[in-house]
Formats: sequence, structure tokens, C-alpha cells
Amino acid sequence: MNILEKENKLKTLEKQIEALGEEKAIEKIKEEIKNYKKNEMTKLTAWDKVLLARHQQRPKACEFIEYLSPDFMELHGDRQFRDDPSIIGGIGTISGTPFTIIAQQKGATTEENIQRNFAMPHPEGYRKALRLMQQAEKFNRPILTLIDTPGAYPGIGAEERGQGQAIANNLMAMSQFTVPVITVVIGEGGSGGALAIGVANKIMMLENAIFSILSPEGYASILWKDASKAPLAAEEMKITAKDLKDFQIIDGIIPEPPGGAHFNKEAVFKETKTSIINAYNKLKDLTGPELYYQRNYKIRQFGFLQRFNYDNLGGNDSDIYKNIRNR
Amino acid sequence: MNDIKRAINHRKILKQKLNLIQNELSFSKTHKMDVPKGLYEKCPNCEKTINKKLNIQNDYICTDCGHHFRMRAVDRIHYIVDRNTFIERGIGYITLNPLFQHDYEDKIAKYKKSTQLDEAYIYGHAKIHGRSCVVGVMDSYFLMGSMGSVVGEKVTKTFEYAIYKRLPVIIFTASGGARMQEGIFSLMQMAKTSAAVAKHSRMGLLYISVLTHPTTGGVNASFASLGDIILAEPDALIGFAGPRVIEQTIKQKLPEGFQRSEFLLEKGFIDQVVDRKDLKSTLAKLLTFHQRTNS
Ligand SMILES: [Zn+2]
Repeated sequence: MNILEKENKLKTLEKQIEALGEEKAIEKIKEEIKNYKKNEMTKLTAWDKVLLARHQQRPKACEFIEYLSPDFMELHGDRQFRDDPSIIGGIGTISGTPFTIIAQQKGATTEENIQRNFAMPHPEGYRKALRLMQQAEKFNRPILTLIDTPGAYPGIGAEERGQGQAIANNLMAMSQFTVPVITVVIGEGGSGGALAIGVANKIMMLENAIFSILSPEGYASILWKDASKAPLAAEEMKITAKDLKDFQIIDGIIPEPPGGAHFNKEAVFKETKTSIINAYNKLKDLTGPELYYQRNYKIRQFGFLQRFNYDNLGGNDSDIYKNIRNR
Repeated sequence: MNDIKRAINHRKILKQKLNLIQNELSFSKTHKMDVPKGLYEKCPNCEKTINKKLNIQNDYICTDCGHHFRMRAVDRIHYIVDRNTFIERGIGYITLNPLFQHDYEDKIAKYKKSTQLDEAYIYGHAKIHGRSCVVGVMDSYFLMGSMGSVVGEKVTKTFEYAIYKRLPVIIFTASGGARMQEGIFSLMQMAKTSAAVAKHSRMGLLYISVLTHPTTGGVNASFASLGDIILAEPDALIGFAGPRVIEQTIKQKLPEGFQRSEFLLEKGFIDQVVDRKDLKSTLAKLLTFHQRTNS
């Protein structure tokens, strides 16, 4: 049973309360619901997390921004081609400090999704993000980015306007900033399209968010020529927040209520805000060069490899598998 | 006393092992690349059968239509750098299997054997028309030249070595993108290599990237697109998303010549499309332009 089916079962249980009048029966079913939430809804496979990360009701970036910074002011356009609606950018204060906020926005409805291009940015979106981040650098303002995208848009226009070049430029520029950069993956983090606004001093993920090199469907269809094996692929690819924490790719996990963020949005927003403020408090006392150094040191460590030397010939002393073995 | 003896002995054994591995990986062995099996091959462009030996003598260019065949990394180095000046750096990296994919190690071993390389990328110190530089070459015959942890690390090392020696960097890219078998680690190599380019660039040093067929995906969206000067070989496939993915997404056929070098030249993302025959002289010219006089 995957998480969506479980959720449906929970809903049918809840409906049964209304159907019954007797107090005792209500109590009994309420108890059942409580147990179900506690026991079943917290047992999530990697594929469950993929489904939750893509859930229609999952809180979107603009809801996070609304809670984090009520005075948020959106700024539009890349000054070259057009305004990409799949990336939101602007300035807002988070508990008294002005932040430049960049976010990838999925739509809550189908119409909005089409308008937002399912949060798949074009090059102009990345260039808008870069423009706003460079502005933040100029005014020494911290940067917060919220990632929620299936990936950069693969289309004719996007290629004509240099998707690869736009992403590469973002990666290069973000590594050079001397202001704090904080990233939160709130839903799907898909490949280079997500990373292009995610080169940060602190990367955090919601508990049920995913961050992957390509979609599990893509992985399954390339490797096993069968897209329906996506659940297996999700397990194998190690894309959940916990896996990435073990890999030391991300710095923190923001907890979600049982069953996913949409069961209690308020609580998730609150947790996210605390995590962001905590992360910022750790970074704000560092000087510009220190921030630059911290970020670059972190980036430099990425990778899973060994180089031949005397130390790793014989013993198990330098066992770099130790974090991820036997899980 | 016995302990010391044992330790010395142990050291000796390790040293022998190291020599063995280094011999295995050394460039001299890959030097004598053989003529590929089968004497004739078909040109994918004009579909004419051509003699392989003639093809190699003609720098892997079709004598009839001028189609540029893919080139192995070793051949590329022999073709581009001055004779006997290439000194390979960054030997001895070991590709690991972070996702515990059951056939990944076998795959790597197979490609290691068939290409005589230890990964899809080699770099080293070289001279082009007498000018020192650091040359890096990706090999698309090694698992589509995909970028995993080791490739990312070696690309980063290329730039770090160049910073240390104050040398320009020339990288020939040929890659299908990030290596999905290594999952998130491959993705993060994009950030790592881009940061390395930035560091090199801040030192005021020159980076020329030469895009060859094919350069797509994660490599295209990181160091390949960040060169101070970006050259490309004719008719190379260059883009972020693969043509098949785009066709599936927009549900229509792509126009002729889409995502090819000439197309990108027209759109303004490439400085020049250079024929293979002129590549070496072009690079030498660029190196001369950027030579430092007061150093
Ligand atoms: Zn031909």
C-alpha cells in the first residue's frame, strides 16, 4: 500500500464517524484513526516520499513565503527576455531581517500549474534569480532559496536561449557570493534545475522532500527500460532527506507531521521558520570571506571516491562507506 | 624489533602494489592504441563505407563529407598536444559504488578494460606549439563520458593544478551528462566543477572549453559552458536536455540541425565552430594572445 492509498483509507475511516451516531462506536473509530496515523502513516518508503513530495495539496512556495515574510514584495523579470512565472523572486523580512527570497513555484490548481509551467523554469527564470541574487550581494542581504521543481524545462525555446549556460552561470556565481545563502528543499528537487538555485552555505530539506539527479521514472526507464519500476528506483537512488543527511550532502532535516506536510501546514511553516532563523543566526556573524570559504569548502567535499595511497590499501581505518552501509 | 621488521616488510609489499597499479594506469600503456576491430566502418552522415586506417590518418574525418567521428581521449591528446609533452596528472582515483548498484562495478571494470582508461576523463600538463597549458579530455567511449565523483574530482583538480602552476586550461568535453549510477554525488559535481572554474577565473587565467560531440546534460550545464572562450567542433550535439527528452515533452519532431554547433553559434552561445584540422593552430593562437609577458 503506498501513501496515497493509506491516505484514502484514513479518509474513509473518518467518514465512518459521521455515519455512526453512537458515542461508543465513535470513540472506537477515533481510537483506530489515532493508531492508524501513528503506526501506518509514519512508515514511509522512498516511493511514498516521492508521492508526498509531488502531492497536490502539499504547501507551495508562495504559502511558505506568506508565512515566513508577510511583507514580501515580488520583483519581476530578467531584464533581457521576459518574466518567468515558475520562479518567484523578491525581498521580504524574516523576523526583522530583510532577505532576498528566490523560490520555485508549483501551482495549486491545474490552471495555475499551466501558467507556472509546473515549476519547470526557462533560462530567463534562472537569469532573473541570478539578477536578484547579485542585487542581494550588492546590498549585503542574506539569500533564501526554496526549491520545488521537477527539473529545468526541456523545450525548444529553453534550449535556444541557453538552458545549460544559464544553469552553469548560476552555479558559478552562487559559489562566489559573500552573503549567507540558505536553501530549503520543500518538495521535489529535480536535477540541475534545482541545484541552479541551491548552492548554499546551509542546505535543509523537509522530511518528505526529495532531491535527486533525475526522476525515479527516468532512472527506471533508462536503466531497466521500464518506467513502472519507479518505486524500486526511488529506493535504490537514495533521494530522501535521511539518505542525503547520511551522505552529508545536506545539513538539516525539518520534521513534518505524520502523513505529510499538508496534514498540518501551520506546524511545518513554523518548523521551517525556526530552522531558517537558526541557520541564519549561525551564519550572520561570519564575515564575507568566511562565508565564501565555508561554502566553497563544503562544495569541495562533495563526491564519493577514493584515491590510491598507502593508507587505503590494507585496513578498514579509512572506511568511507561507514555512514551508508547496512541500512 | 620484530615489529619494525614486519612494518618494513609491509611497506615494501605496499610499494610493490602501488607500482603495479601505477604501471597499469600509466599513460605509456594507453599510448599504443590499436586500430579498432574491423577494417571498414560506415560514416553515419553520408553512409559510405570507408577504410578505417585511412580514416585515422585523416584525423577521424570522413574523406567524403567531412563528418567528424568521435575521438578517443588518447587519440585526441596525441592529435592536439606536441609530441611527447603530455604528462598525465591525477592518476589513481578509484570509482566507488555509493548506491550499491549491483552491476555498476562490473560495468566500470569492463569500460576500464575496453578503453584502457581509469575513468572517463584524463588531464595533464602539456605543450601546444611550445606553449605550456593544462589539457583535459573526456572520453565518450567510457560510459558515455558521464560525470561521476571521480570525473568531477579530476576536473576540479585540473583547475587547482592550473592555479598552482598559473597555467591556462583547455578542456575537450564529450559527455552524455551526469552519471546516474552515482546518484546525488554526480549532481553535486556540477557545483564543484563550476566553483573550481570560478576560482581559476578569479586568478585571471584563461580557460578554453572545446565542445565535441556530444556535450549534453550536467556537463553542459557546468564547466563546459563556463569557458572564457568556447569553441566547438562542427555538427556536434550540444544542449542541456537530450533531443529525445525534448521530443517526448513537446510531442513534436525537432527541426533539422537543432542543438548542433552551428545552431548554437547562430544563437550566440559559442565563440566559433572550428574544424578539427584547424583546431590545434586555433588553440595555439589563443594561447599566444593570452601569454603573460611580465611573469
Ligand atoms: Zn561521410
